[in-house]
Amino acid sequence: MSAKTPFLERVEKALADDHLRGAVRYTAENLYLKRKAVMADLDVLAEKGEALGNFEELRARAQEIKRHTLAHLDAYLKQAAEQIRKNGGVVHWAKDAREANQIVLEICKKRGAKKLIKSKSMVTEEIHLNQALEAEGMEIVESDLGEYIIQLARETPAHIVIPAIHKTRRQIADLFGAVAGRELATDTKTLAGFARATLRQKFMTADVGVTGANFVVAETGTLCLVTNEGNGRLTSSVPPCQISVVGMEKLVPRLEDLAVMLNLLPRSATGQKITTYFNMITGPRRPGEPDGPEELHVIFLDNGRSNILATQYQEVLSCIRCGACLNSCPVYRQLGGHAYGSIYPGPIGTVLTPLLQGFDQWDELLQACSLCGACAENCPLGIQLHKHIIRLRGEAVAQGREHPLMRTALKAVHFAWTRPGVYKFVARSAHLGVKPFTRRREDGSEYLDNLPSIAAGWTNSRTMPAPARKPFHQRWAELQREEGAK
Amino acid sequence: MKVSLFITCLADHFAPQVGEAVYRLLRRHGVEVDFPEGQTCCGQPSWNTGHLDDARDFARLYMKAFAKSEYIIQPSGSCAGHVRYFYPEMFPEGSRERQEAIAIGRRTYEFTEFMVRVLGVKDVGARFPGKAVFHNNCHMQRELKVQEEPLEMLRCVRDLELLELPRPDLCCGFGGAFSIKQPEISTAMADDKVDAIAATGANLIVSSDLGCLMHQGGRIEKRGLPIRTLHIAELLWEGVQQNVG
Repeated sequence: MSAKTPFLERVEKALADDHLRGAVRYTAENLYLKRKAVMADLDVLAEKGEALGNFEELRARAQEIKRHTLAHLDAYLKQAAEQIRKNGGVVHWAKDAREANQIVLEICKKRGAKKLIKSKSMVTEEIHLNQALEAEGMEIVESDLGEYIIQLARETPAHIVIPAIHKTRRQIADLFGAVAGRELATDTKTLAGFARATLRQKFMTADVGVTGANFVVAETGTLCLVTNEGNGRLTSSVPPCQISVVGMEKLVPRLEDLAVMLNLLPRSATGQKITTYFNMITGPRRPGEPDGPEELHVIFLDNGRSNILATQYQEVLSCIRCGACLNSCPVYRQLGGHAYGSIYPGPIGTVLTPLLQGFDQWDELLQACSLCGACAENCPLGIQLHKHIIRLRGEAVAQGREHPLMRTALKAVHFAWTRPGVYKFVARSAHLGVKPFTRRREDGSEYLDNLPSIAAGWTNSRTMPAPARKPFHQRWAELQREEGAK
Repeated sequence: MKVSLFITCLADHFAPQVGEAVYRLLRRHGVEVDFPEGQTCCGQPSWNTGHLDDARDFARLYMKAFAKSEYIIQPSGSCAGHVRYFYPEMFPEGSRERQEAIAIGRRTYEFTEFMVRVLGVKDVGARFPGKAVFHNNCHMQRELKVQEEPLEMLRCVRDLELLELPRPDLCCGFGGAFSIKQPEISTAMADDKVDAIAATGANLIVSSDLGCLMHQGGRIEKRGLPIRTLHIAELLWEGVQQNVG
């Protein structure tokens, strides 16, 4: 037996963790059902003329907005940058994670900043900003409740929207208790109250606030933040300096495009019609305004995204990070996020990670999918994630990235089965070939067990039907004779 | 009316009685059935594992074998879904083969889809005592958009109690080669599904897909659960015989 790969080790660990699986299943199921209900409501509202459109209509409009944006991304990036500058912001361009982190560090150094507060952002997870800042002796604190939990646990998010989806109340109380220096009860009031009190202090003393952006409106240079806890609002209004790290694909051309996107995002993410907080930030504090940062920086990040443009995978860049594909994915439901090993887990992570970072470390992710298509069905942008997984598998196979025995088996099947004569011969003799593995039930019927080699993967946990002694194409001749005799 | 039967590699090898049931049910409703030579497998295993050129060979074989068929009936929503949904993608836009692929996809039907939508038959006159859930496979519900047809047929079966399966959208973890490449994840998914089915009190899992049934049935057998798996055509044909007899 060959040694288990790190990916398979992570899978094994996840499958053995009943706490994790219970927590993930509970929350993913809950989010899936809430999304389904709120989309059904949306369809009813649309029917009555009380919504912008039903799900399918809004999805089609969102797709069109993003398709157009990505086709003219250079022009919209230029427009957005001009507008942000006009509003008094500073625009930076980062080719990769290292450059983006460097830019943040330089801004901090210039201001003598030591303490940062951050609102929920996947892109700063992608570039490992916290580690880069901590390595320079700075303090950066996550202010989204879920992100705060996993920061205390020294983990990465297990879900795009619900970072601590895998944590139980008890685990969270223990993590907070370690900070508090006393045992905490597991009720929501105690836990949320503790985080609130602790984080308030951090907000008030932070030198810099770091955010991502859910959308950037090109025509106005407006950064949009969608949150439920208000961490985005505090992060972008209390500290004297704001730095927003934004994936370069996050643009929409016009303000009115937000109407479509905001109808889809909260519904898809958490089953909400709207979120509690929605911030639109157009420039730093202006003279006479009571709050907001005096300095606003926007870092547009590439980090592999431009390699996806103008390829068959381009639509993957239209993802709005709602997590609906995770919540509907039957594999994610069993594993949670960490088994994937990538910052973006689930179906979108399976596709995006190898596209951004290459096959070397990530080709195995492509196997963590049964191609059921639930992801594409639930995606508010209709991204055909399962089709992209097949295409990426095709590229991986073309590069010889495949289990050699699996390759041999599939090539043998192709050789035999594209030749109908050979196919028939093989089908008729199959029961003889598997004789050593054929077992008999009490009722006389046969099944296979303890199959060798890669087929053991099946029979270790499942019996297998025995091949028929007379396949259907042989039986067909008898059926025809019977018909003729009538 | 004349139809062609595509038996699928799984039914040919492992469940010829399913092919026979489809044949007999179609004949019973006055449909002429032929079984074109040269058919083997739809090629889904190659496609799903990334052997895209090999999958194209299988598509060409299918298109050749059934070039003259007006209706092609399959006892598998998954294979029918593969033909209708993925064959066109295999050939360049505007090509002759693409047109052929689209056309053959339109002529390809899953068994219950054909019975209900084309023949207009929901009640085949079957009696089958038992408590059943219907497991709809992923490609059948999402790609073929066949959801109600098999349920409508099962509701007409006398003495059969059709129980509601929670989260019918959830994949059972078969996924073709996935079930061998990632056996641990695949089995965890099977347990999730089988536990949900057991909780309904069903003693019968019915599906229009042998792959899902082999996977769930194989897991059930290892776990020693009192649940039987049965292809819908087999149930209907057994039920017709029981009703007559």
